[in-house]
Amino acid sequence: MGKLTFSMGGVHPNDSKYARECAIEELPLPQTVYVSMAQHLGAPAKPLVAPGDKVLVGQVIAEPGGFISAFVHSPVSGTVKAVAPRKDLAGNPVMHVEIAVEGDEWDPAIDRSKELVTAIPDDKAAILDKIKACGVVGLGGATFPTHVKLSPPPGKVAECLILNGTECEPYLTSDHRIMIERPKEIVIGAAIMQKVLGCPCVIGIEENKPEAIASMRAAVAELGYPNMEVKVLKKRYPQGGEKQLIDAVMHRQVKSGGLPIDVGAVVQNVATSLAVYEAVQKNKPLITNVLTVTGNKIPGNLQHNYLFRIGVPLSFVVEQAGGVPDTAAKLISGGPMMGKAISNLDATTVKGSSSVLYLSDEDTRRKPETNCIRCGKCADACPMGLEPFLLNRLYKAGDLDALEANAAQDCIECGCCLYSCPACIPLLDHIRQAKGQVMGVIRARAAAAKAAAEAAKAAAEAKK
Amino acid sequence: MDKKYIVSPNPHIHASVSTTSIMRDVIIALCPALIVSVLAYGWAELLVVAVSVLSCVLLEWAVTKWMMKRPSTVGDLSAVVTGLLLAMNLPSAIPLWIVFIGAFVAICVAKLPFGGIGQNVFNPAITGRVFLLVSFPAQMTNWQPTPGFIPIPDAVSGATPLSALKEAIKSGSTIPEFMSANNYDLASFLWDAGASAGEISAGALLIGFVYLLIRRVVKPWIPICVLGTMALISVIFHGINPDVYTGVQFNLLTGGAMLGALFMATDYVTSPMSTLGGIIYGIGIGLIAMMIRYFGSYPEGMSFAILLMNCTVPLLNMWFHQKKYGRA
Repeated sequence: MGKLTFSMGGVHPNDSKYARECAIEELPLPQTVYVSMAQHLGAPAKPLVAPGDKVLVGQVIAEPGGFISAFVHSPVSGTVKAVAPRKDLAGNPVMHVEIAVEGDEWDPAIDRSKELVTAIPDDKAAILDKIKACGVVGLGGATFPTHVKLSPPPGKVAECLILNGTECEPYLTSDHRIMIERPKEIVIGAAIMQKVLGCPCVIGIEENKPEAIASMRAAVAELGYPNMEVKVLKKRYPQGGEKQLIDAVMHRQVKSGGLPIDVGAVVQNVATSLAVYEAVQKNKPLITNVLTVTGNKIPGNLQHNYLFRIGVPLSFVVEQAGGVPDTAAKLISGGPMMGKAISNLDATTVKGSSSVLYLSDEDTRRKPETNCIRCGKCADACPMGLEPFLLNRLYKAGDLDALEANAAQDCIECGCCLYSCPACIPLLDHIRQAKGQVMGVIRARAAAAKAAAEAAKAAAEAKK
Repeated sequence: MDKKYIVSPNPHIHASVSTTSIMRDVIIALCPALIVSVLAYGWAELLVVAVSVLSCVLLEWAVTKWMMKRPSTVGDLSAVVTGLLLAMNLPSAIPLWIVFIGAFVAICVAKLPFGGIGQNVFNPAITGRVFLLVSFPAQMTNWQPTPGFIPIPDAVSGATPLSALKEAIKSGSTIPEFMSANNYDLASFLWDAGASAGEISAGALLIGFVYLLIRRVVKPWIPICVLGTMALISVIFHGINPDVYTGVQFNLLTGGAMLGALFMATDYVTSPMSTLGGIIYGIGIGLIAMMIRYFGSYPEGMSFAILLMNCTVPLLNMWFHQKKYGRA
């Protein structure tokens, strides 16, 4: 059988996975950690601690601030110093809990042994409760609360759990390393999620990670859970995009504005699966994750994969990793295609932190914009089948109706258009703006429709 | 952070492709055909190419600098491509001042007034050529081959095969009579179509086009549709009456069909963005070119066909879009 891939668009950047051989090291503890209250998609968490409180590793320090939100736990033991706003990596103020580290005392409820727990619990509700209580969120980038994703709305049935091991972003190697070093835990995590959803599981890994494929295949065979299979995908960005992965594995497309569950798919990252394993089998909340420190043309001793406590400042990570190389012109949190530029190294790591990436001026400086030559490379590259050149023009013209008709709101912001544009036109910058405006129009329309319906209902009630 | 770092939105890396790199690929792709034509037509051909390219580049540089007061765009090499394509559409014996006029029309009428690269509605090189064709018909179609570096097997002097044939049919002779009278051997057209530089070797043009396909600069749909349509129409009409209507080989290998289909119809700027639009555009070019060849008063229809279909591109772009993810 041929290798799977998604059906439209995509680009083939050099995968640059220089840190692929670097085994995961445990990052030492800093003196102070800053735990963000907004490190998941949805409403920020509400702090439950006050300055002066003593906390243990794994203790709850914040509760969900809404339905789509998550618990936050202390990654260290020590004393809460402050609960105050602090700048995130883009420089926006976000509520943080500042904890001075004292020793390393863990909540006794957490099983810290290395022993593998292979028996899957039977009670689905208890599993979901544990995942929720441990603050597990999707670690593939969107940080969507995992328990919400594992609870399909009434009437929707999961037909396939797709475990995302594609790691299609260049440079990143953290998923690659956990698939090599902790494959069994990932597989058990997947089996737990399978139990909740009651559906088969496909583990999708791109062909450029043969060691990870072999390691995961061996773990699946050894553990012998039913209906679980590793499938090899072509190397192609953005294969790990949720919609693209569903297309690649199930040959189904999620309708515009729809959810993966509409086509029977649930996608979870391999790192999330590991977090689910730790939460359900070991009672360990999501307080650690793996990130890659890497860059182009930097010495080997500056390349690392770290197991870090969530809340360690980026500056500490960088310092431990040997400092910022002189050639670095841009620091990025995440991959080179979808990551965010770091404007503030004092910002803290969050649940979804996957890397600190150094790019040189030559790699990253944008070239001056020239005329569009209508080559259509942006449309060829768009994995959503959009026409970025057209959306760019419509954005400049301010034509919101036409932007909506041409599906600007479907943009997944993967960056393929700008990556492949020979004229270096800031297509994605403009389309992102356009998407925001169109989404605003759509939301306003929905709100107006809802208000009108309610008013009509109220009027009908009054008549009675 | 003491040092200043760049902060900008994603993506943070870029494919190693630029307008200049694309134009450089097109220039490389034109080289085989250029070499063949220089070998066949000698110094005169080289001079035509040099004058055409230099005129295009200098005119673009001068106009952007002094009239448009913009940064010069000659660095993107698009003027060089226009110059090469124009030269390849001209006979080698043409007076050089006519070459300059062609370059002037291409750059200063068809390209820059619309806003320069990417903005023009009509293919500049073809606009230049058509202007010369209607203004200087004698110099453009009736000519002596200039002495080349290597002998051409059956060089035709006088008119190009297409115009000679048109005259022959007008005066009442049939195609087979014309072929034998002129010693035409159809197979030899593959390398010698006894016409302007770009028309001389279909083989060399094809090699260049394959290079563009490999480099993913162009997609094959437009040329396939242009040449396929021309072939189909030739088969039908030649089948009906081989005395009056020329056959497939003749039509595909003469009169700039190859140069037009492979290098002019595939111009990014003046062809549709979507694949379906491109297919319709290609079929349209093939159809119009054959209608002109069979029923029009001009011997050769490629240039007019491309220009006419250029007009339809905005409409084709409006009507045809590519398939979107998750939408019917």
